Parts: sequence; C-alpha cells; structure tokens
Amino acid sequence: MAQLHVDIVSAEGAIHSGEAAMVFAPASMGEVGIAPRHAPLLTTLKPGTVRVKTPSGEVLPFFVGGGILEVQPNLVTVLADTALRAKDADEAAALKAKQDAEEKLAGAKTDMDLAKAQSELIEAAARLEFVKKIKGGSH
Amino acid sequence: MAGAKEIRTKIKSVKNTQKITRAMEKVAMSKMRKAQERMAAARPYAERLRRTLGHLAQAKLEYKHPFTVEREAKRVAFLIVSTDRGLCGGLNMNVFRQTVRAIREWQGKNVEVDLVLIGAKAVSFFRRIGGKVLATATHLGDRPHLDQLLGSIKVLSDAYLEGKIDRVFLVGNTFVNTMTQKADVLQLLPVLPVKTEGMLEQWDYIYEPDAKELLGTVLQRYVESQVYQAVIENAACEQSARMVAMKAASDNAGKIINALQLQYNKARQASITKELAEIVGGAAAV
Repeated sequence: MAQLHVDIVSAEGAIHSGEAAMVFAPASMGEVGIAPRHAPLLTTLKPGTVRVKTPSGEVLPFFVGGGILEVQPNLVTVLADTALRAKDADEAAALKAKQDAEEKLAGAKTDMDLAKAQSELIEAAARLEFVKKIKGGSH
Repeated sequence: MAGAKEIRTKIKSVKNTQKITRAMEKVAMSKMRKAQERMAAARPYAERLRRTLGHLAQAKLEYKHPFTVEREAKRVAFLIVSTDRGLCGGLNMNVFRQTVRAIREWQGKNVEVDLVLIGAKAVSFFRRIGGKVLATATHLGDRPHLDQLLGSIKVLSDAYLEGKIDRVFLVGNTFVNTMTQKADVLQLLPVLPVKTEGMLEQWDYIYEPDAKELLGTVLQRYVESQVYQAVIENAACEQSARMVAMKAASDNAGKIINALQLQYNKARQASITKELAEIVGGAAAV
C-alpha cells in the first residue's frame, strides 16, 4: 500500500514527522482527508485538529492554530501557525509597534518626565525629613 | 607603608568585578546552548516553507504577487535586529556599522530610507543618529516569540503593498560558530526567487480558496519566518558574544590582579626594609 510522508512544523519547532496512511486536516473550505497519491493541493487551514492515521491504524491528533497545508502526491506538509491569528489581532499588533516607535522617538520627552518625577520625589522626601525633624525637636 | 592599603582596596574591587564577569560568562554559556537549540528547532519550518515556495515557483502561476515583483527603488526600509542588552562585545556595533554604510549608499542614490528597529540597542542608537522609524519591537527576552514581531512585520509589509517602500532589507547577525558572528544585510522584499532542482513537468496545484490569496499567505509567512529566524539567530549570537566578551574580561581582570599583587608585595617589602634600616640605624646610634 502506498504511503504518505507527513511533516508538521511550526515556526518555533518541528512537531511531527512520519509515515501515514491518511491525513485529515481542517482546511478553510472544510475538512479534507488526504490519501496517498492525492492531487497537488495548496490550502489554508483553520484552527483545529490535524489527525494523522499511521499505517498501523493509530490516530494521532495535533492541534494547529491555523496555517498552510501543502499536498504533493506522496508528501503532506503542514506549516502550522504558532499563535492564533486573527486579522484584527494582527492589525492591533501593527498599531502597537507603530505606537512604540512614536513613543520612543519622543523618547527625549519621556526621559524628561522621568527626571522631573525623580526630582519631585527627592523634594518630597526632603520635606518629609524636615517635618520629622521639627516634630522630633518639639518632643 | 604608603599606597599598600590603596592597592589592597583596588585588588578587592577588581576581584569583585571579576566575580561578576565570571558569573555572566557562566550564565551566557548556558543560555547560549538553549538559544542554539531554539535556532535549530526553527530551521525545519523555514526549510519546508522554502520548499513549498520552490514548488510554487515551478507551478505555472497565472498570477504574480506584489511581494515577488521588483520595482524601481524610491524608498527603502531597513529592518535592524539588535539585542536588548549590552556587554556583548562589538556585536551590535557591527550591525549598526553595516546598516549605516548601506544607508549612506542608498542616500547617495537619492533614495530615502525608513527604519524598523528590533531590540533596545538599535532604538537608542538610531535615536542619536536619527532617521524615520516606522515601528519598533523591544524587550523580546531570551525566548523571542513570533507574535512579538508580527506587528513590526505587518507595518513593513503593509507599507510595501501600499507602494510606500519599494525594497526591504534585513540586517542582523548570522551565527557562524561560537567565536564568530557576522553582520549581514539580506534582501527581504521583494522575495528573491527560490531555486529548486527536479520536477520539471508542467503541473499546477489545486488552490483552495484561490491562488491569489494563498500565495499572499505563503509569502507573508515566508517573510515572517525569515524575520523570526534572524531574531533567534541574533539571540544565539548575543549569548555567545557575551560569553566570549565576559571570558576576555575575566582574563583581563586576572592579569590586573596579578600586576597589582606584585606592586603590593613590592610596596610591602620596601616598607619592611625601611623599618629594618631604621631599627638598625637606631641601634647603631645607641
């Protein structure tokens, strides 16, 4: 019986590599089952479970947070995303990176604020010390 | 016994410094091993992705994604990968020197330059030098995650797709071995064609949902994985550079201690000799 080679990898490490009789994956257009000699296919994955049926009949489940599935006749590659990727989350991350940059460009200003805060703190501490001394004196 | 006490305090302070540098060396050594493992762990993904991209390049595509189209450069962007902390030898300076040289070159051709900075050292360096910064990502820690970088990458790829920038370069250290790290400039966008051998027959994928969207996703992931790879490689470089720098510092501290010890002994001996001479002189006078 023909077999498939399956590689499941994510950006932060390899997850699984081995032979399989059949692979099930949550493609974005609906669940797909890949048997050996499948036509070349390229599709995106939804978050869900990739199930690998090994030649011995065992079923191994792998959770993926989305990604890309590439099928060659005897080779299945799952490029899993490490994080759950929603479009608006990416958008928010981009915005944050921009804001970080703006903040750091105005870094001189934030430094100044820090210095100001520090000098105020020193002044307050000195005042406190003074008050304590006066009180101590009156006892 | 002039100076002996001062020398003793000096020796003590150098010894303390040596303790610190030695501890940092040990810490960097263990962190380096982990960083290298992480670097190795990320490699399969990049390889598989490159293979898929190679397959894609061979499939007869009716559509060209902007990420693969070369445009005339009017404005370029540099993504600079640096560390968050110092005390790692010339690691960051090498990257900055390369970057500044590349920037000068482009500016010489009347091309404007934008920056995206990763790591606190790059941020503080380019705040002094100046330049238009699009995005930054700092404090990634010892274990950088892809999601910490996605924002900056998105800013870059959006600007590229909108036509605001025509080329993106990635500057960072590549890990040669523990003793050697090399600063390198790499073109990130447009994506350079990936060469693959074999499979010359004409064929095409079944695309779900459609080729355009898929190709966009694959290329975006490819760019992300390249940046991620650069960042974790830089992290491994940082630890090994720190280890080497701290070892050199510990050795130098040892040398200084030896020299000071010699000086101290001499001073002590001189004072004893002087005292003896005084006693003998005193006895002779009586």
